[in-house]
Amino acid sequence: MIEGAGWKKWLWFYLPMGMFILGLLFPFYWMLVTTLKPDGELYRPWNHPLYSPFWTSAPTFDHIKSLLTETLFGTWMWNTMLIALAATLISLFCGVIAGYALARLRFRWAGLLGTAIFITYLVPQTLLFIPLADIIREYNIGDTPWALILTYPTFLIPFCTWLMMGYFKTIPKELEECARIDGATRWQAMVYIILPIALPGILSAGIFAFTLSWNEFIYALVFLSSPEQKTVPVGVTSELIRGDVFFWGSLMAGALLGSIPVAFVYSFFVEHYVAGMTGSVKG
Amino acid sequence: MLERESALAFWLLVPTLALLTMFIAYPFVRGVWLSLTNSVVGVPGEYIGLKNFVKLWNDSIFRTAALNTFVYTGVTTVFKLALGLWLALLLNRHFRGKAWVRAFILLPFIIPTVLSTLAWKWMFDPTFSVFNWLFWKLSIINARINWLGDPELAMASISAVNIWRGVPFYAISLLAGLQTINQDLHEAAAIDGANRFQRFWYVTWPLLLPVTMVVVLFSVIQTFADFQLVYVLTGGGPANATHLFATYAYQIGIGTGLLSEGAAISLAMFPALLLVVIFQLWYIRRVENR
Repeated sequence: MIEGAGWKKWLWFYLPMGMFILGLLFPFYWMLVTTLKPDGELYRPWNHPLYSPFWTSAPTFDHIKSLLTETLFGTWMWNTMLIALAATLISLFCGVIAGYALARLRFRWAGLLGTAIFITYLVPQTLLFIPLADIIREYNIGDTPWALILTYPTFLIPFCTWLMMGYFKTIPKELEECARIDGATRWQAMVYIILPIALPGILSAGIFAFTLSWNEFIYALVFLSSPEQKTVPVGVTSELIRGDVFFWGSLMAGALLGSIPVAFVYSFFVEHYVAGMTGSVKG
Repeated sequence: MLERESALAFWLLVPTLALLTMFIAYPFVRGVWLSLTNSVVGVPGEYIGLKNFVKLWNDSIFRTAALNTFVYTGVTTVFKLALGLWLALLLNRHFRGKAWVRAFILLPFIIPTVLSTLAWKWMFDPTFSVFNWLFWKLSIINARINWLGDPELAMASISAVNIWRGVPFYAISLLAGLQTINQDLHEAAAIDGANRFQRFWYVTWPLLLPVTMVVVLFSVIQTFADFQLVYVLTGGGPANATHLFATYAYQIGIGTGLLSEGAAISLAMFPALLLVVIFQLWYIRRVENR
């Protein structure tokens, strides 16, 4: 599709593309450079003659070391991993069976329930966090991982259900009917015939749900209070800033290391992630 | 047969409905009730009617927050859509390393928002800002710019970060939409003598519109209810000038402990959100029935 003279291609394609890539990725480079810079270089004002923003002559692992030894960063990573995995599994279980029911079974209220679940998908967390904080306190699960494991599915299940519904609809009904004729029960047909075919869809939903739970902020901020219960996003923003003092080296090290699990999962399943994301809006 | 199907459907839907009732429907009802009382943390409070909402109506910070939210949503959506569409069109061509570029471009969207926002806060630092250095080197400025310290500028800086985070989402979603468009249509239009712009306007755009609408409405809801960017970058300051509904609700409801007032601020988002949701449902139905 690229046509025309060489300079035109540069002007209309490579130049804007390069600008986009630079703009979108620069903050991550900045995180990395800041993590590796010694404090002496970090806190040199921008109009200092020796200020060299994009490079460091003496890379150091001090910030990472202090992050791992002097803060609870490891605990936060573990908490986040546990909560994200548990919430994802619960949501996948609920979403897959609910999606199957809505896509395949004929019953009254099917359309209405589908719409209701779609609407809950559009409810932002910031609309409900205050009454929810009250409820969490009443259930006595405040400041425990359960506060998040039970509430994250509220924004994950609708998405998983919606995605799986779309996926189940693409699988021909005849496959299931064949199995039923051969004597399988409805449940067996679902578990042995349909689920294996739907595996890519389940994987997409799971990966997207995992990254969403890893990124969640306001529920974790409001429902957890003790430092050793916190998740990475909340721990890094609240515990590494003391009063007005920002320890930028450790902060950026925390931001960088805290992003690695998501980036790791993402790098292996880019296609599934993209399928999940685009599926989530297209429905 | 039908009987057994509805029984199975019931059991398959029970876990989902139980969780959604317990943690969405019930909190919503509780939130409405809370906003009609005068309860604070630890004290249940009693029914006071619409007093909280009247108080908000006369609260200048609330008005600023409301105005900020609408302007923020409007401005960032226009930029995200324009830039996202441009990027999607660029990505829709064939070039070497396309898979890599596409994978890397999504990073701002997948990396936890508060963590990448911290990097932006550091780039906006009044003393050590890399942007100040850059503009100073380019001789555009000779005094430092306080990116997050000046009310107007702070809102613009927050919007810039939101656009940065949102463009990849728009681009990749719209790219998925572009890829479903049959190339033959383009060729047919080209043979009929349509130029590049005409081909985009009369062929691509009408076919892309349904996907675009859903992406925009989805992103409008998220942006309207945004919390993280403001919380990390300014905390609503300077002098409460950069609050959105969500951050002001947090400050009043959780920070100060005035639960009922906080719940009322959150609920103030509801009418606008409801309109968007109704519009979205109507639009989806219309597209499906066409």
